[in-house]
Amino acid sequence: MKTYIIRRLFQAVGVCLVISMVSFFLLFLNTDPALMLLPPEAEIEDIELFKKQMGLDRPVIVQYLDYLRKVVLHGDFGESFISKEPVFEEIASRLPHTLKLALSAFIFANLVGVVVGIFSAVKRYSLVDNLSTLVALIGQATPNFWFGIMLIIFFGVWLRWLPISGTGTWAHLVLPTLTLGTGMLPVNLRLVRSGMLDVLNQEYIRTARAKGLSEPKVLIKHAFKNAAIPVITVTGMQLAALLGGSVITESVFAWPGVGRMALEAIRLGDYPMVQAAVIMFSLIAVTGNLLADILAALIDPKIRLE
Amino acid sequence: MSGSIEISQELFDPQIDETPPSRFKRMFVYMWRYRLGMLGMFFITALCITAVLCPWIAPNDPYEQDIMNMLKPPFWMDGGGMDYPLGTDQVGRCLLTRIMYGTRISLLVGLSAVGIMLVIGAGLGILAGYFGGATDSIISFFINCMMGFPFILLAMSLVAVLGPSLQNLIIALGLTSWPVFARVARVETMRFKSQDFVLAARSLGYSPLRIMARHILPNLLSSLVVVGTVAVARAIIRESILSFLGLGVQPPIPSWGMMLSEGRGYMLMQWWMATFPGIAIFVSALGMNLIGDALRDLLDPYLRKT
Repeated sequence: MKTYIIRRLFQAVGVCLVISMVSFFLLFLNTDPALMLLPPEAEIEDIELFKKQMGLDRPVIVQYLDYLRKVVLHGDFGESFISKEPVFEEIASRLPHTLKLALSAFIFANLVGVVVGIFSAVKRYSLVDNLSTLVALIGQATPNFWFGIMLIIFFGVWLRWLPISGTGTWAHLVLPTLTLGTGMLPVNLRLVRSGMLDVLNQEYIRTARAKGLSEPKVLIKHAFKNAAIPVITVTGMQLAALLGGSVITESVFAWPGVGRMALEAIRLGDYPMVQAAVIMFSLIAVTGNLLADILAALIDPKIRLE
Repeated sequence: MSGSIEISQELFDPQIDETPPSRFKRMFVYMWRYRLGMLGMFFITALCITAVLCPWIAPNDPYEQDIMNMLKPPFWMDGGGMDYPLGTDQVGRCLLTRIMYGTRISLLVGLSAVGIMLVIGAGLGILAGYFGGATDSIISFFINCMMGFPFILLAMSLVAVLGPSLQNLIIALGLTSWPVFARVARVETMRFKSQDFVLAARSLGYSPLRIMARHILPNLLSSLVVVGTVAVARAIIRESILSFLGLGVQPPIPSWGMMLSEGRGYMLMQWWMATFPGIAIFVSALGMNLIGDALRDLLDPYLRKT
């Protein structure tokens, strides 16, 4: 188990390094920070001097290592091209909003996915099962942001039940959560259902029932525990998609999170912000992946030995 | 147990009709079994026909502005008319016409992006699966990196670096969404690698390239087609996301995502502008997914559970 965790940890760090590198070089390819930071009327000599002072005349790889050192040791992502404020503070003030939305969407999708998925598998071809299959089919084909807009039109504009933008109360969280969560839900539903169907036919379930265990105990402890492994792995992998989805959900609902900030930054060419957002999101996604893998290995000893 | 008795009675029943079902009937049974797939085929065929014929069947010109008739509602509402069956947008362009022309963009982007994914993903996957060892480790690591990257941020950064245009949108989608193909190709190649026909080819002294291209690739095609169909649906949705964010196809070219973002500004009063392009995206993604599901059942029993 220990070696498995250590190996996965090394992989995760490697993935983060590569992602930071890619985002750094994308920035480097695209813009000259000196031109972005200096006023347009700056003379060539001034630009050269500035580059020397900022260390921008050094080879790219040295600059990257320097950037990496600052990020890792001091959490220093540099300064925004536009506001000239430290990027870290901007991100730190917005990250809680993004995490709140992502977490609530995550809980929503998994809770509904697991409960309805188990129910569908137990009562196969019942009304609930058919409905959930239909919902999964429709959900997979629906663009999330469009679903968000439809929710706004329906619940916000026609029925006037819920606020359509901004943050503050719990009611503000409902529509964005539904929008972001339904992106994850179809896959969860299908996975839980098919996993449970596989497991429910196994002999040990019959044994558990024959022992006289109560049905909830059979379903949760014996069946779902074994069906959960693919769900956990895929849920971990979906974190990246969930955070990516927050970019667009936040922009539809004017949610003040990192995703919307990243979008604005890309539009304005504020690359230190973009870089920081990419690294931050990847860090969370990779950590989630790692935790999911460890959790799966804890449940299923076979995974550890692979 | 009672089932077996019924069957045996049927077997000995002299009245049983032994003429095989007619060709027409068999075809009908087959089509009924894959009725959802047929529905998908119907949607996609309709879209393809629209894409080809839209200059002749569209009611209006997609670029013609009619300021006198801007923001007109669809025909069944007060103030709407058959001149503009689904109403008009903020500069009086016919929504139905623009949606019809939008099929061209969506299908073009979907198919070409998936083409890029197929080449990169299947290529890397086969290499990893065939050679194993260090090659496999490096490529798998690369795949993990791509999966840890929030897709939208990577695609957005790429488009921002390359500049927003149809061509760059296709490139960005293709370069960011290939890991799925790589994973399937890798696993399948590993499965085929040790089979007799590959061993035979190797003992004949064929080069690895020839074995991979001529002996393994043809066996992967059915799985890749299944993954590819679903990937087209995803690419169409992702194209609409990027166009919605202003990072895709540029105005005035009619793309569903961009029409949605225009409609979003009017969603409080003119709901139709944001509704109909979304339905178009939904129908095309649903059609592709339905075909993908049917093909999965039809072509590759191994993929059914994943």
